[in-house]
Amino acid sequence: MKIVSPFPDANFSEHVAVSFDGQTHFLPKGTNLAAALLSAGITVFRNTPVSGAARAPYCMMGACFECLVEIDGVVRQACMMEVSEGLDIQHPQGRNSDDADL
Amino acid sequence: MRTFDLAVIGAGPAGMAAAVTAAKHGLTVALLDEQQRPGGQIYRDVDKASPERTEVLGRDYTHGRSLTTALRSASVDHIQGAVVWAIEDGFRISFTRDGAASQIGAEKILLATGALERPMPIPGWTLPGVMTAGAGQILLKQSGMIPEKAVLVGSGPLLYLLAAQMVRVGVPPLALVETQSWSDFKTASRNLFGALRGWRYLSKGLGLHSEILKARIPRYTGATDIAIEGTTNAEAVAFTAQGKRITLPCETALLHHGVVPNTQAARSLGARHLWDARQHCFSPELDGWGASSVQNLFIAGDSAGIGGAKAAEIAGQLAALKIAAECGKLAQDELERTAAPLKRARESELAARPFIDTAYPPYRPSLLPADETIICRCEEVTAGEIRRYATLGCLGPNQTKAFGRPGMGPCQGRYCGLTVTALLADANGTTPDETGHYRIRPPLKPVTLGELAAMGTQSDKVAK
Repeated sequence: MKIVSPFPDANFSEHVAVSFDGQTHFLPKGTNLAAALLSAGITVFRNTPVSGAARAPYCMMGACFECLVEIDGVVRQACMMEVSEGLDIQHPQGRNSDDADL
Repeated sequence: MRTFDLAVIGAGPAGMAAAVTAAKHGLTVALLDEQQRPGGQIYRDVDKASPERTEVLGRDYTHGRSLTTALRSASVDHIQGAVVWAIEDGFRISFTRDGAASQIGAEKILLATGALERPMPIPGWTLPGVMTAGAGQILLKQSGMIPEKAVLVGSGPLLYLLAAQMVRVGVPPLALVETQSWSDFKTASRNLFGALRGWRYLSKGLGLHSEILKARIPRYTGATDIAIEGTTNAEAVAFTAQGKRITLPCETALLHHGVVPNTQAARSLGARHLWDARQHCFSPELDGWGASSVQNLFIAGDSAGIGGAKAAEIAGQLAALKIAAECGKLAQDELERTAAPLKRARESELAARPFIDTAYPPYRPSLLPADETIICRCEEVTAGEIRRYATLGCLGPNQTKAFGRPGMGPCQGRYCGLTVTALLADANGTTPDETGHYRIRPPLKPVTLGELAAMGTQSDKVAK
């Protein structure tokens, strides 16, 4: 999926470096983290602990927990966070990985 | 621990209106909300949206500014970014904010926790690229972003609103795949006369239809056998309409077939809920003021039954007036006098509801999905597994957890609860009321040991 910003104002804010699985992305500071990651072309946020299936944001309002990502060792909902400088985000790998018990 | 006369949970239309009304009558009020800025989902980030964005979102959206403005000037402790994870009798509210847990006390509670999208389990609905229509709207409101190459699937006014807004920003959807049929409209037309009192909603609906028509967005109605196809991402929506199998390649599918009350917090406090056959969901049992079966617990807005933003705002005011009266801040005759025009206004706001609910019923195959469809997204439990538990003697939703963990993942049954109840009721020949719903226990949202360990370090700051 590809999400785009048709509004000029969205491009005005300062872009800061955020890492997702070791790759650096420059995202607009203060925007919703899940939206910013989607607009950076990240389509898979995590793999499930049950079957390892790929998942991505579904509800964008903190209810479905599909956008879970790992930040500084804590699994958090990307849709409930804002972009800030230096976020180091890992994609929960799901089944047969260290975080399979999440 | 600081204690308030009233704690309001949720800063959408009902919560903001209630908090402001209660504060005006001299109550001490805390308003807790998960988001960083007030508005709820309907008025999400209404204060931050640029003029270009509000042009697209329309006047019904910017109306939210009247509420956020009133909230700012009211004497309300608005605790933003607070994730409430437990409410205990008495009441004691535990929440996490900025990585630390805190608690406040309250004599009375008003839950204004809003609605959730009705779960729409269809094959492929867990694929990345499949979102709710509400999520599409949140992307637009909060971030000014919109999915490209999207197909809108389901039924209801929100689909038309989102489609029209996508047209306005120049990123129109590829198509609308609608599940309601002509016969639904005929059934609904019996309610059309009553709906005329809610003419504003009907005329808004007609306006959206003409925008979609003018943009020449392909529309399919009466769609059945809908599936999202793809391997790791959504690649197409497949469905049958007018006897033909159609596959529409796309990158995003936005699903919607109505919204349902978010009852998690109310259930955790033991408030009685009843099945609402017209809206196909459970709603809390309330009196005309929003008082629940639990003493001192009030519920207003869509979490009390789906009525929309304007009705929610009025319900919030009504509940706050009643609470003020119960706290001795408003005389009984004054209460009745102030409430009378509000009650009339609410009635006309709700007049179009029976028509809308019957014209755009839920997509039936998602209420009782096919065996292989995943119904619990977190634990990946299928409809067939729930039916199998029923043949093994499983009677209620709580028992299914022992059979196969549905409802035990991080979303805690928010997106499978109604489906599990429907499947068990169907398999066992019982009603939804007899079957019941998952028992909801704290923590309502996950809380980490680190956040608990930090309890107290921040509570003074919050409760200052």
